[in-house]
This record gives sequence, structure tokens and C-alpha cells, in this order.
Amino acid sequence: MSVQATEHHGRGDASTRAPEGVRRTRPGSAYLAREYGIALVVVALFVTLSIASPNFLTTDNLLNLLRQNAAIGIIACAGTLVVIAGGFDLSVGAVYFLSGIVAAWVAVHVSVPLGLLSGVVLGGVLGLVNGELATRLKISTFLATLATSLAFAGVGAALTKGFAISVADPSFAKFGNGGLGNLTYPVIIFVVTAVVLQVLLWRGVAGRYIFAVGGNAEAARNSGVRVDTIRVVTFVVSGIAAGLAGVLDASTVSSGGSDTGVSLPLTAIAAVALGGTSIYGGAGAVWRTVLGVLLLAMIANGLDLVSVASYYQDILKGALIVVAVAVNSLATSR
Amino acid sequence: MGTDTARIELREVTKRYAGNVAVEGVSLSLAAGTVHALVGANGAGKSTIGKMIAGAVRADSGEILVNGETLNARSPREALSHGVTLISQELALVPELSVVDNVYLGAEFRRGYVLSTRRARRAFQELVVQSGFDLDPDTKVKDLGIADQQKVEILRAISRRAGVIVMDEPTSSLTADESERLHDVIRQLAANGATIVLVSHFLNEVLMLADTVTVVRNGELVSTGPASAETENTLITAMLGHAASADYAERHPVAAGAPTVLEVKNLRRNEALRDISLHIRAGEILGVAGLVGSGRTELARAIFGVDEVDGGTVTIDGVRLAKKPGPRTAIERGVVMLPENRKLEGLVMGESAAANVTLPYLRGRRGPIASMGWMRTRREQRQVAELLGELSIKPADPSAVVATMSGGNQQKVLFAKCLFRPPRVLLLDEPSRGVDVGARKSIHELINRIARQGTAVLLISSDLEEVLALSHRVLVLHRGSVAGEAPSSASMDEVMELAFGLPNGNRGISLGHTRSRA
Repeated sequence: MSVQATEHHGRGDASTRAPEGVRRTRPGSAYLAREYGIALVVVALFVTLSIASPNFLTTDNLLNLLRQNAAIGIIACAGTLVVIAGGFDLSVGAVYFLSGIVAAWVAVHVSVPLGLLSGVVLGGVLGLVNGELATRLKISTFLATLATSLAFAGVGAALTKGFAISVADPSFAKFGNGGLGNLTYPVIIFVVTAVVLQVLLWRGVAGRYIFAVGGNAEAARNSGVRVDTIRVVTFVVSGIAAGLAGVLDASTVSSGGSDTGVSLPLTAIAAVALGGTSIYGGAGAVWRTVLGVLLLAMIANGLDLVSVASYYQDILKGALIVVAVAVNSLATSR
Repeated sequence: MGTDTARIELREVTKRYAGNVAVEGVSLSLAAGTVHALVGANGAGKSTIGKMIAGAVRADSGEILVNGETLNARSPREALSHGVTLISQELALVPELSVVDNVYLGAEFRRGYVLSTRRARRAFQELVVQSGFDLDPDTKVKDLGIADQQKVEILRAISRRAGVIVMDEPTSSLTADESERLHDVIRQLAANGATIVLVSHFLNEVLMLADTVTVVRNGELVSTGPASAETENTLITAMLGHAASADYAERHPVAAGAPTVLEVKNLRRNEALRDISLHIRAGEILGVAGLVGSGRTELARAIFGVDEVDGGTVTIDGVRLAKKPGPRTAIERGVVMLPENRKLEGLVMGESAAANVTLPYLRGRRGPIASMGWMRTRREQRQVAELLGELSIKPADPSAVVATMSGGNQQKVLFAKCLFRPPRVLLLDEPSRGVDVGARKSIHELINRIARQGTAVLLISSDLEEVLALSHRVLVLHRGSVAGEAPSSASMDEVMELAFGLPNGNRGISLGHTRSRA
């Protein structure tokens, strides 16, 4: 049996699995690599890029980098909860797409505030559909969300007939383009999402339940935890995040449905995995997912600046994911 | 079968698990064409002997000979090449494949890379004629009952010309009817010259089928002799040996006016629980004894609401549990269960002790350790540390990850989880399983202490000595029914007789309110 022995409550406990009867008080190197390896890699890449390109370490570039990755960041943070609880959400791209379309349509035909709201609410509803499908029909979350992903994207395409819905009202664009000082709303929302979800995992009862459900669903059930409800909640959170991300991006470009979001689910899972969250559930952290998002973003942004072709970037991303998952598996299987 | 009527000889065979003796210096000779039964109490080593003969477990020392040739099988496959095969409780079949495909799995008829279904079919028909098993070759194995699945395994064994077939508790999951059919099969196999090693709990079965019976106790051979010379009573005496000395704390008396806390009436769940009724008073420990598969664990799970039941009621302090209860409602009403398997059902191994202990108690708007959905971590750490200290877990570190702890400490963490809020009813399923002697003793003291504080305790254990020493009364289960109730003064023999389903515990044990099936 592979035991997930990890520390995710932010204190310095022993971690890697020790043979029965042996108590390890000092964290092993594999554990440290898993817990803080991502941080080291991010710092190293940041320093390297700052030296290699004069255009990397500028306020404009960094803010731009954050802005461009706010949507995927929000989605990946919420997706971390789904993965910790033992699931996958492959439908986030389709939810992102459909929410943007509905937000734009309602903004055009009803009102702008209602449009923005409806996109987010729709995301939550679609997440609920995912969660209920997976738990009630006992379908694997991987397949359930693969199926709904097709259906949701199909609905979106049917609504738009392939043409994005433009919103003329300039107030629609404020949500995605406005901000406080230098920070745009999408960046602020990304940061707030990450902080709230991480604190929830550390200090919330819901966090305890999510870890327990992903770590040992049977034990959680025997402890009176509503295992299915917890799983559904993680999908609702993921849906809301995807809806929010879709609305933000639709607002930024003043139109809904211009981005189908097909690459989002896998990028989000890649970021979660880079952050060392176990894809078997029961262990993980939102802050590390944020670093995973930033790592992927810096590879794209920084290597563009130093003129490395995008296919090399993809090779590097793939290699890093393999390393991250290998470190994770070493840290938990020993 | 033909010529190879194998016979087996064991010479001074020894097996240890993690330093504990499972089988010690056993020498045994099994004649060809006979049924040889191995009996013994739980943990006596009878299964281990069977598995060593079949190569599923490797002996640490000693020799196993087949037809005079040394067999030191490293794997069941190697044993099979010597004509020895094991049919265990966990069947090794591929559910999605047909009967004929399963029989010839790994030994397919083929020409080059092409399978020859025609030849497989012809060979299968011969097998059917030879064995007398009427099985449809094209049925998928998943559509068969367990008895028929066992037949598939037996056919496979015959097709590989196995002269020795080890059967480990073959009837424990069968209905009475299916058992009878399997008995016929076993007789027939022996008549055809095969040697059958029968590991079984069911003494009547053993006496009916076996030519020779070997009794093992604590890993050692007690006796070997013709089955015709034995009775169930002589076997039980041999299995138990002398009455073991009890090193247990004094049982406290249950207060005269103590109210009934837990009352279970006519609990039913398919074949597992047949109409079980019981009651436990405040401060009372009710022991539950019975063989593996008698419904002990199922009883605890049904009361706690993990498994749905077909009928019956559970009442706590005179108020019925919800009609469709679950662990959630049970915990709310002060019922907690310590499950049999701590790693699978009890603990989240990757979490800290504190997170495990408090997991059932985080509900409610203003709880002691969680309020409005947020943890009061400092308070949690302090209270759990205190409790761990009380249970003498060293070090009493609430943030230690459970997976890093010793088995004994893990079990104590599980106890802490049950006791964090003093329970009304405590369901203990094998509370001292897999812990060392020291931890075992402190767990026993703990159980006494909990009962003294007025909790109603249901104590399930396969260790009869433990049950008798700790309980005020002992409920004995047999194949899902209450076979009788024994006072704490009953002897192990008396309880064993009930557990084996012997007609009325003939030494004055009341059969109580139950409908005995015996």
C-alpha cells in the first residue's frame, strides 16, 4: 500500500513514510525536494531570466505575466482542491468557454452586472453537475468531466455558431481591464483566490475534510464525513473558478466565446502536479500550485524574450513535469 | 490423474513472521489418495502450513517433499509444476473470461501464436466427464456463484494434473447447499487418487470428509490420527490445550440499576446477519465471539450504520436510531466504532494524529475545536496532546504523522479518536489486533476504564481468552445467528462448542432468547 505521508498544515512534521515502529523526526531529502523544490526552481529560473534578458525584470513585463496567467491561476488553485479530494476536473476549459459566452450574451441582452454574475453562477452550476454525476452515478471523475467537457463546449459552440459575441457597452470591459493602482482586477482575484483557498486548507474544517476524503475515503466515512458532499463541493468551487476566469477574460477582450479554453484543463493539472500535489489525492497545497503556474508562465514568457522557440519551451515543460512527479512519487513511496 | 498420486512429507518445517513463530518444527506425512484435514484455533498456523505445501508461503527452514523429491517452491507456479496447487478463499480467476479460458489460462492450446479453441474445448469436455462437474464452458466466470467458481479452479488444478490440492477454508463463504456440493467434489477427487489438504474451521465438515486429522496449536503439531477416532469435542480440547492463564485486570461489576444503553432487535442483513438481538447496559462489556465469517464484524458495522441492513432496529438510550442510519447519525448519538482494519477503515495514514483524532468532531457551529467552519488549532493541539498522554502514547505529539508511528501507537490513536468525546456506546472490532504485548495490556486496561465510566461496550475479538477475560457476558455467533450466550465464567471449550455450532452448549449454557439454528 502506498501511503501518502505528507505535511500540508504548514508545520515541520516528519513526513516520508518510515517502516512501522520507526519514528522519523527529521524530514527526508525527498520530502524537502517535494515540498520546496518547486520554490527553488522558480527562484532559479527567475534569476536566470533576469540576467539573460534586460526585458524580463521590468514592472511592465511581470505585471503582464501575472495578468496573462490570472485565469489559469484561478482555475489551477481551485483544481488543487479537486485533486486533493481524489478527483480530476477536465471540464474547466469548457466551463470557461461557456461562461464567457453566457456572460457576454446576458450583458448584451439584459444588463452588464447581471451578465458578469450569470457567468460565474453558471460555472458553479456546471461544477455541481460534474460533482453529482461523478458521485451519484459513481463514474470516475476523469471520465465524467471528459464527457461534460464535450457537452458544455458543444452547447457553447451551438449558442455562438462559431462567432464570438461582442459586447459594445464599455462598462463590460472594466472588470477585466480595470484595477487598483498597477494591479488589474484579474490579478487581484487570482491572489485573493489563492490566499482564501490555502487558508481554507490550512485552517478550515472543509480543508480537513478534503484531505481526509482524498487520503482515506473509507476512514472519512466512518468518521461521519459526508464524503460525496465534500467531493461535490470541490467540483462546485472548481466550476465557479472556471466561470470566473471565463468572465474575466471575456471582459478583457469585450467579447464572449473568442477563446475555447481547450488547453486550460491540462495546463491546470500540469501546474498542480508541478506543485507536488499528489494526483492520488490526500496531499497537496495551493501555494505550490501557484508556483507551478508561475513556473509554466515564466518558461513561456522568459524564453520568448530570449528567443527560444516555443517547441523547445514545451519540451522543457514536459521534462519539468516528469521531474516533479518523480520527486513526488519518491517522497511518498519510500 | 493417471500415475502421479503424489504424497507429501514435511520435515521440521518452520516459519516466522517478523520474529513471531507461525509454524514451528512441524513434521507431517500425507498419504496419497486421502483427505487430510488441518484444524486449529485462529492463528494456530494451519493456513500457513497449507500455504507452504502449495508454495504460496516459503518455509524458513525444513524440507517439503513430494513423492520423495524435495520441493522448495518459491511460487505457486513452481509448486504446480510438481503437481501441487492451492485453492484459497481469494479465488485467482479472471472474471471477464469464460470458464474454459480460465481453466487453460497460462497453458493455452495453440499453434504458433494462434489459439486453438477446438482443442481446448475437446480437452474441457474430457475434464467435465472425468470430474463430473457440469459447467458451461462459455459462461463468464463473473456470472458464476462462488461454489462454481471454485469448481473452475479445481478443473484448472485437474487439467494441470495436480495430484495434491490444498484447500484453504473452501466452504467459509458458501451456503449450506453449495458446501454440500463441494463436499461431493472433494470425495470424488480423493477417490480418483488426488491428495486433498483441507484447512477448515468447520469441525463437522472435517469429520465428515477427512481420512486423517492433524491438530495444530500455537504453530506446533498437537496430534495426527484417523478422523474416525475423533469427535468434535476431542478436537476442540486438542486445539485449545490447557486453559491459558489469565493475566487480566479485575472486572468491575455492572451497577445493579444500570440502564440499558444499546438495544438491538432482529437485525438482519442478507446471509451475514440473521435476526440478531442483543442489549448492553451502561458500564457493561458484551463480548462477541465466533469464527471468521460468523458475522462478528458485520454486526458492528450494521449497528454503526456503515452497512445497510434489511431489517431490525437499533435503539440508544431508548430512542431509535434513524431508519436509514449512517456513521454520521451514529456518532451524533454517541456511538463510535473502532474498525477491524485501522489502515483501511480507521486512520488517514498521511495525516497527523490530531487531524485523525478530531475528524469526527468538527461539526456544529460552536464546537470545542471547530467553530463556524474554522479550526481552533491551538485548542485542538492541546486537547489531543492531553489525550495522547493519557493513553500513554510516547511521544504525545499531536502533529506526528500517523504513518510514522508504531502499530501499537496507531491503534491507540484510533482509540483516542473514539474517546475524544466520551461515547455512550463503543463498538470495538479486534481492538488489540497487530499490537505488541505491552500495548495489548494497556488497551485492555483502557477498555475496562471506559466501561467503568458508564459506556456500553461491544467487544469483538477472535482471541477467545481476551473476550472471556474482559466481558461481562459473551454472545456467540455462528454463521450469522446467535448460537447462544455465555456468562463470563464460561470456559473456552464451552464457547468454542457454541461457535462451532454444536447442538446446545451441553454444559449448561443458556441459549437465551435466540432461535438457534443448530
